[in-house]
Amino acid sequence: MNIVFALAGVVMKEMYRRKDFYVLFVLTAVMTLMMASVNFFHDAKVVRIIKDVCLLLIWLSALVIAVTMTARQIPAERENRTIFPLLAKPVSRVQVVLGKFAGCWFACGLALLVFYLFFILISGTRENYWPMLQFFKAIWLQWTMLGVVVSLVLLGSVVFAAPSSNATICFVVIAGVLLLGRHLNHLAVQQAEPLRTVVYALYFMVPHLEWFDVRDFVVNDRPLPGLVDCGLATCYAALYSAVLLFATWLVFRRKALNQ
Amino acid sequence: MKRATPYLIFVLLAIACFSVATTLQSRVTAWNNGHDSDSVMKVLLGDGRRIFANQAFVEADVYFHAGYYPSVFDQSQAPKDTRHLTAKEGSAEEEEHERQMNFLGPPADWIERFGRHFLITEHEHLGGGKEREILPWLKLSAELDPQRIATYTVAAYWLRKELGKPAEAEQFLREGLRNNPNSYELLFELGRLYNENYHDRARARNVWDLALKRWRTQEGNKKEPDNQSLEEIAINLARAEELDGDLRNAIVHLEIAAKVSPRPDALREQITEMQRKLNSASPTPEQPRH
Repeated sequence: MNIVFALAGVVMKEMYRRKDFYVLFVLTAVMTLMMASVNFFHDAKVVRIIKDVCLLLIWLSALVIAVTMTARQIPAERENRTIFPLLAKPVSRVQVVLGKFAGCWFACGLALLVFYLFFILISGTRENYWPMLQFFKAIWLQWTMLGVVVSLVLLGSVVFAAPSSNATICFVVIAGVLLLGRHLNHLAVQQAEPLRTVVYALYFMVPHLEWFDVRDFVVNDRPLPGLVDCGLATCYAALYSAVLLFATWLVFRRKALNQ
Repeated sequence: MKRATPYLIFVLLAIACFSVATTLQSRVTAWNNGHDSDSVMKVLLGDGRRIFANQAFVEADVYFHAGYYPSVFDQSQAPKDTRHLTAKEGSAEEEEHERQMNFLGPPADWIERFGRHFLITEHEHLGGGKEREILPWLKLSAELDPQRIATYTVAAYWLRKELGKPAEAEQFLREGLRNNPNSYELLFELGRLYNENYHDRARARNVWDLALKRWRTQEGNKKEPDNQSLEEIAINLARAEELDGDLRNAIVHLEIAAKVSPRPDALREQITEMQRKLNSASPTPEQPRH
């Protein structure tokens, strides 16, 4: 376990060193503050559009950080040939996969905390309302969802040839699930066979990432799903992460690393 | 001297740039044919901005429903007009809207059933001053499509009715009138503002009179005219005239409203009542204005 955490630590340090997070955070902050400075009919209490824009930017930034950071982990180790001394430590391949996953996931969690701290400050000072449990649930659900994303991208990084193609394909898949996932069953019944079965199978197979997007609840001050529902969703995400990580290990354990 | 030459050339080029820019500036303004007041949105998006304007208006509606709104896959259930945005509680429009917004059927499977916990499923409208949250989208919609009348009337309604900002409402309606000088809807809303917020009935009557004229010019010859607007204008005009003691014109306007109203009986009763008052008050009839 120590080896996994040691590997995770290296990945997290990489996030501090790289500029991605800082650029995305500054961009989010500047755009939100610009939005907050706009005067709408001399009404200083308008807040939902600011929350909406800020949360959208947080979601986009978190996805960009998670996908780009995870996509380059294993290919970079192979390209720089650092994978060989790493595996000679001795570190098993399953530890490499788990270490990379843990590092990327914790780094995403850290980035989320900073983003949400800014969001809570902006939202709370503007509307004098601090629903901390709501915010905690929103952060937790998003972080859980990022766990599935990180696992998916990690699997992509051992399947696809280059980080760029992996990142692009993963972005398309994630966007597709977020936008269409909820409606695939309704789309399926409108199709003729065999497409209907294919779309229905897809509906049951894909991880429903859209469940974890509770921005509308936060923006519109609606009560978020209960703790039991959040817990069940967490188990659902954990299961999908485990399946994807296992698949990653299955591919990675037999993969020739010197190509 | 050799070392100074590049710098001198740079200074010379900079001066040349500045001179050309100052010479061309006045010409460029002339090329634009005096339309330099076009908004940034118009310059950037051209006529395509109207699509975004519609989206901004829909976003205002989404906010008004506090997030409960049909997705693109339930668009057949989406509200078709904007009347629910200003409808009173318990009104026929509100009841129809309630029925329309019941778009979530029973869940088809366990994924959908569980997913509903992470979806806003209760229909409610903003209240208690929170209606202000729709205003940024309406402002954006007006920026993108200044010819969309509903944007101005809906925003003005909430500004003057719930948010206590009649001055801002008037300013926005006047902006709408500058962009749509012949709009009877905007004139009607402006009249309501004068009447209900400024209690300036005389001005409201004048504006409503103008609204009625505009309605006749634009809708009078149509196969399917906007009768609901005509009814509203005529009834409001009649009420103002009744309060001013001008019963003869009030009757004329109530008759106009009764002709197009889906429920004319109540209006007919009012006309009869006014007629009785008029007969008992003055045996010599005055000439009506219309």
